[in-house]
Amino acid sequence: MSAEFKVETTSARPALLNVWLARLGPFIGLMLVIAVFALMTESPARYLSPFNLRIVLAQTVIVALGAIGMTMIIVSGGIDLSVGSVIALTSVVTALMLRAGYPPTIAVLAGVLVGGLVGLVNGLVITGLRVVPFIATLGMLGIARGGAKWIAGQQTVNVPQTWVNELAVTFPTPSWLLLAPGVWIALLLSILTAVILRNTVFGRRVFALGSNEAAARACGIHVPRLKLWIYSLAGLYFGLAGVMQMSRLRQGDPTVAIGTELDIIAAVVIGGGSLSGGEGSILGSMIGALIMAFLRNGCQQMGWPNYIQEIIIGGIIVIAVAIDRFRHSRTFT
Amino acid sequence: MTMTVLALSDVAKRFGPTIALDGVNLELRRGEVHALIGENGAGKSTLMNILAGSIRPDRGEMTVDGQGYSPTSPLDARERGIALIHQELSLAPHLTVAENILMGLEPASWGWLNREAARRKSLEVLASFHHPEIRPDRRVADLSIAAQQVVEICRAIAAQANIILMDEPTSSLQRDDVAHLFALIRRLRSDGMSVVYISHFLEEVREIADSYTVLRDGQSVSTGSLSAVTNQELIVQMVGRPVENLFPSRQRLAPDQVLLEVRDLSVPPQLRHASFDLHAGEILGVAGLMGSGRTEMVRAIFGLDPAQSGAFRLRSKAIAARGGSPTLRLLQGLGYLSEDRKGEGLAPALSIADNTTMTRFASCSRWGWLDRTAQRTQTEGWIKQLGIKARNPIQPARTLSGGNQQKVVLARLLHQKADVLLLDEPTRGIDIGSKAQIYEVIADCAREKKAVLMVSSYLPELFGMCDRIAVMSRGRLTSARSVDDWTPETVMLAAIGGKEPEAGVAANETL
Repeated sequence: MSAEFKVETTSARPALLNVWLARLGPFIGLMLVIAVFALMTESPARYLSPFNLRIVLAQTVIVALGAIGMTMIIVSGGIDLSVGSVIALTSVVTALMLRAGYPPTIAVLAGVLVGGLVGLVNGLVITGLRVVPFIATLGMLGIARGGAKWIAGQQTVNVPQTWVNELAVTFPTPSWLLLAPGVWIALLLSILTAVILRNTVFGRRVFALGSNEAAARACGIHVPRLKLWIYSLAGLYFGLAGVMQMSRLRQGDPTVAIGTELDIIAAVVIGGGSLSGGEGSILGSMIGALIMAFLRNGCQQMGWPNYIQEIIIGGIIVIAVAIDRFRHSRTFT
Repeated sequence: MTMTVLALSDVAKRFGPTIALDGVNLELRRGEVHALIGENGAGKSTLMNILAGSIRPDRGEMTVDGQGYSPTSPLDARERGIALIHQELSLAPHLTVAENILMGLEPASWGWLNREAARRKSLEVLASFHHPEIRPDRRVADLSIAAQQVVEICRAIAAQANIILMDEPTSSLQRDDVAHLFALIRRLRSDGMSVVYISHFLEEVREIADSYTVLRDGQSVSTGSLSAVTNQELIVQMVGRPVENLFPSRQRLAPDQVLLEVRDLSVPPQLRHASFDLHAGEILGVAGLMGSGRTEMVRAIFGLDPAQSGAFRLRSKAIAARGGSPTLRLLQGLGYLSEDRKGEGLAPALSIADNTTMTRFASCSRWGWLDRTAQRTQTEGWIKQLGIKARNPIQPARTLSGGNQQKVVLARLLHQKADVLLLDEPTRGIDIGSKAQIYEVIADCAREKKAVLMVSSYLPELFGMCDRIAVMSRGRLTSARSVDDWTPETVMLAAIGGKEPEAGVAANETL
């Protein structure tokens, strides 16, 4: 009789299956998107060519960099809606610095740091004033956009020719680079951040915070300080995304990247991030960003109008989350 | 040996106009389990939160190991060796067992996680608990509640706590898991740890604790050794007045007309087979372990979960078991009280008035327009009738104590004029004073010829209230027998082994 009363645990198999489904899900999605467009276009060879691949990757850089920062925030159970505005602001800041004759390195650094500063302010409002992240960053969305327009004098800021303009080009000048420097930067940073999230105390605490904030607090984790770090670090990534934005347009534009935060959030969510926190991975988010880029690119290749892209991407987001819910209904009872 | 590890004197705390604690003294000795007993609202949770560093007291002295103790954060409490195990588990479900055990104390060098050390450390702590299935790399969400509790206790041990505060740790556990937990606590005690144990169940307290302190209205009213006090005395101290009879006396009438017949109801896999008749004016009890299918049965009857098969007759009229919905059942005169008061029973943010009238807004509206005055007046009537302690009817339900919230749920069923009441754990987690009042309301319903189905894990309640009892065991419901044909032992036997009482006992029923 006592054998029946041992502590019950659900069997390990479905859990393992789920883990793999979660890991492979976004990847399968990506393959599916590529395959579908390759079959639909008249010339699959062109769609799958290295040439097109480079275009897609160069187009992904901004969303990918944003998604790295956003993954940290979403895993911690937060959200940042101000990213699009921050990208505009930092692109303008970088452009202004370049126009004022500062060395490119200083200008880029300034752009990145302004992003980090905005993130720090978001973090302070969230922890100090106890405003929920959604509202705090919604406010910042307006403030940063307005600030960008203000310092840019409501017009685009043209910049002199420097190496900054070459960061996100499709065909880099030393051709042995193969891909735009921005792509390599995004790749390196995504690996770095994935390792940080996985192998450092900070990273695991980000997960702990998102999974159960009360537990994290009860375990002596300094939650406000942790949040400040998360929003500030993510802000640095958003600042870098702004630099890439400036590089692509070769000017600072205060009206650019409207709604980009939604693309970024979508990338994270398609990649398995949960808006209720505790779940998400850099790899998943990167694949999410690629799925969206291939979708956009595929639609362009097909000559479909913009609104079709929007409808398809909207549908994909809902489907991705629905699949995620289905997965959850089996793990968390 | 009888060293005092924790001492409180005259600790007080007020929240605005509410006095939560008003002079609490407590002395915890090394290697003892000290029960903190008191009704809901007596201040137990506030006291725990003060000890755990989440709340700061307004006045009073606290010492740990003879040294002054005034924590300003949970981190302080942790550093002084105090760990709080909450009623609701506070684990991170997405993280692994090891990560949960070592949360806040992750072994690392220069911020770099040492996974091997983490694994080893958590294994060390886990080793003493004989739960091989709790591996350090398992995700906590995949563990059972009981296993999660073990993880939570391991966390306290990993933090080198020597004072563990447990806030109703058994509320989410089944009977056999409770036995496991108690074995654990005894081990902790023999290792020299001290435990403050909060519980509503006196039987449980007697089983595990050595000494006690009773908290009433924010004050510690008595303390001592449990062996020197009777349950009756404890109850008197808790409620401040003698409770002669918790359960209302009730004339048991000859079976009246059958209001609800349930035949072969099944909701696989949780509920395999349930048949019973529910008569007007009777209280039918359903006993059984948590997870045995009791809740699923009630939910299926009320149309909340889809039934796979089965048939109902309501007031001799056949109705389909499948495709039922709560909307339909409400119209048919069924009322449902959920075991999950916060999640399902109440809309915590809405007013008492909205909560009470929401299933029959027709009573206080015309053409879709709500007559707020009528709604208030009607609610005031219920507040008075059920003795709900509230300032006014528009007070949000969440501001009430658990017992009073439950009375609001009952008021809703009464307002709805339901004549078949499906009550799932109607008195779970509420204080004795409110319990007595709720029993009175339920008994009144039976007197008014309503039919009551009462699911409960608390046997004294079933025996005190019901005319007949049926037992659910692994999805099968025994036949309902007169309460006189059962003893607590036979009910438990039926619940655990699925055995019905011997034929000899059953024969009595026919007499």
